[in-house]
Amino acid sequence: MILSSFLRTIPISLEQGLAYGLVALGIVISFRILAFPDLTVDGSFTLGASVVARLIMEGAPPIVGILLAIVAGFLAGCCTGLLNTKLKINSLLAGILVMTILYSVNLRIMGRSNIQLLTVNTFLTPLENLHVNRFIPIISFFFVVSVGFKFLSDLFFHTQVGFAMRATGDNEQMIRTLGVDTDKMTVLGLGISNAFVALSGALVAQDQGFSDVGMGIGMIVAGLAAIIIGEALVGKQTVERMTLAAIVGSIIYKFIIAVGLRLGLAPTDLKMATGAMVILALGIPALKKEKEGKLHLRGV
Amino acid sequence: MVKVENLRKVFKKGTIDEKVAVDGISLHCRKGDFITIIGSNGAGKTTLLNLIAGTCFPDEGEVVIDGTRVTHLPEHKRAKYLGRIFQDPLMGTASSMTIEENLSMADLRGQLRTLRWGVTKSRREFYKQVLKELELGLETRLKDSVSLLSGGQRQSLTLLMATLSLPKLLLLDEHTAALDPKTAQKVIELTDKIVREHNLTTIMVTHNMHQAIRYGNRMIMLHEGKIQFDVEGEEKKTLTVDEVVRRFGAELKDEALLG
Ligand SMILES: Nc1ncnc2c1ncn2[C@@H]1O[C@H](COP(=O)(O)OP(=O)(O)OP(=O)(O)O)[C@@H](O)[C@H]1O
Ligand SMILES: [Mg+2]
Repeated sequence: MILSSFLRTIPISLEQGLAYGLVALGIVISFRILAFPDLTVDGSFTLGASVVARLIMEGAPPIVGILLAIVAGFLAGCCTGLLNTKLKINSLLAGILVMTILYSVNLRIMGRSNIQLLTVNTFLTPLENLHVNRFIPIISFFFVVSVGFKFLSDLFFHTQVGFAMRATGDNEQMIRTLGVDTDKMTVLGLGISNAFVALSGALVAQDQGFSDVGMGIGMIVAGLAAIIIGEALVGKQTVERMTLAAIVGSIIYKFIIAVGLRLGLAPTDLKMATGAMVILALGIPALKKEKEGKLHLRGV
Repeated sequence: MVKVENLRKVFKKGTIDEKVAVDGISLHCRKGDFITIIGSNGAGKTTLLNLIAGTCFPDEGEVVIDGTRVTHLPEHKRAKYLGRIFQDPLMGTASSMTIEENLSMADLRGQLRTLRWGVTKSRREFYKQVLKELELGLETRLKDSVSLLSGGQRQSLTLLMATLSLPKLLLLDEHTAALDPKTAQKVIELTDKIVREHNLTTIMVTHNMHQAIRYGNRMIMLHEGKIQFDVEGEEKKTLTVDEVVRRFGAELKDEALLG
């Protein structure tokens, strides 16, 4: 009985875990590769959702909405990068500023605090109708998208520009003496990171059937939790492992949450539980006095 | 080749902590010069190299490399002229990346980076060859993360990276100071070998007077931001530590200098 109730949470965990996996992937790029603690995420996730919801409401083809959501997310990330590199605003504060500004921007874009998409055709509608069990096409779709972007990222981080971006996060002084404009790398990397996050927001809004101005709250903490879980399982020695950790961790995080809810965790306590999880994971190495576990972050 | 003209750098200008780190230094290096720089703590050695490399900018004066005035060019835009090694072995390499990835980044010093593959097959063979010359066995560990290397191995790799694309000027800032004496000796000999082999114009800062006298064709002593002593050629060859101490004993309070 209990087992079958757990089993029933698997499809929904897979669907959500893969859909939110792009957020974790974006956070891997900012936090892990660029070593930049980017808090724009909470805002850029909703930005993606808002852009796609508004455009679909206006009758635009959903794919156009998705593409513009990606562009919007990219620009939002660039803004955070520019605030930090050009105006020398502390990296955490730069992210918080853009996130806060995006709250108003998102309200402007939607024209109200939420948009329902249940009764209109979205990008996912034709997929859902492919099979009586909607999970099959939907999970397949999210699998292809998140794993596809994982592999694209892996490829990118093995190009000349990708190397320069990784080195920017690892040893800024060194790669500058090799002729790389590390400011540009930071801006570009945050742009890509938030483009992923906004894409995730755009897809999640269509999947759940609405966009809400508060839907991005706590996204950064949830994404970090996913990454920490994923890294514990697959490690973080290489780029391939880091990006894999994002996807795997995201699925397992959603599974843990689903099981927790079934066992009686109140939905209102969700963010508290997630926060506690991250604190534990980040805090245990410090209590054990391990240097290893310390997060290396720039511009703080 | 490399010309430094009346360079001056003041830190914390206009405060009580004002510090003239470099006080009107002029220096002309000819092609192939190997200059050693010595001086006590705070003499302005690192600041001078920072001004040449563009890590910071002078209040007065000019830096000209190979006929191009680079005085106000940002660091990454003059990288194509310069190879640089810092004192801290952790500073010269990206530790989370592999040996071949690090070498490939050095390979592209100052060039436009594109979406082409970072490490290509033909370049990998080249990296193997140059690593072999270090005689540290690194040629079989191309895909190892640099974090697995010892300080000496890392500094040797940094040396290779700094000289890979034959810079117009090589800047070394006490690059053996953080290593144990035996490893330091190996790295300094390797440096000398590479510099001679490619006839690289080099400025090497050191805290060790023996090193400063033994290597290079010219030695400069800095004190409080000024050039105090500049010796080259035959005169430098016959110079001894005792003689320098006799002449500049007062400024050589710094024990380490006598190594
Ligand atoms: N960024 C900075 N801000 C303020 N003062 C500085 C800065 N960098 C250097 N100084 C000061 O300038 C002077 C010269 O410093 P510099 O690092 O060039 O000396 P150095 O010859 O390299 O000494 P060492 O042998 O200890 O490395 C010192 O008094 C130092 O305190
Ligand atoms: Mg110094």
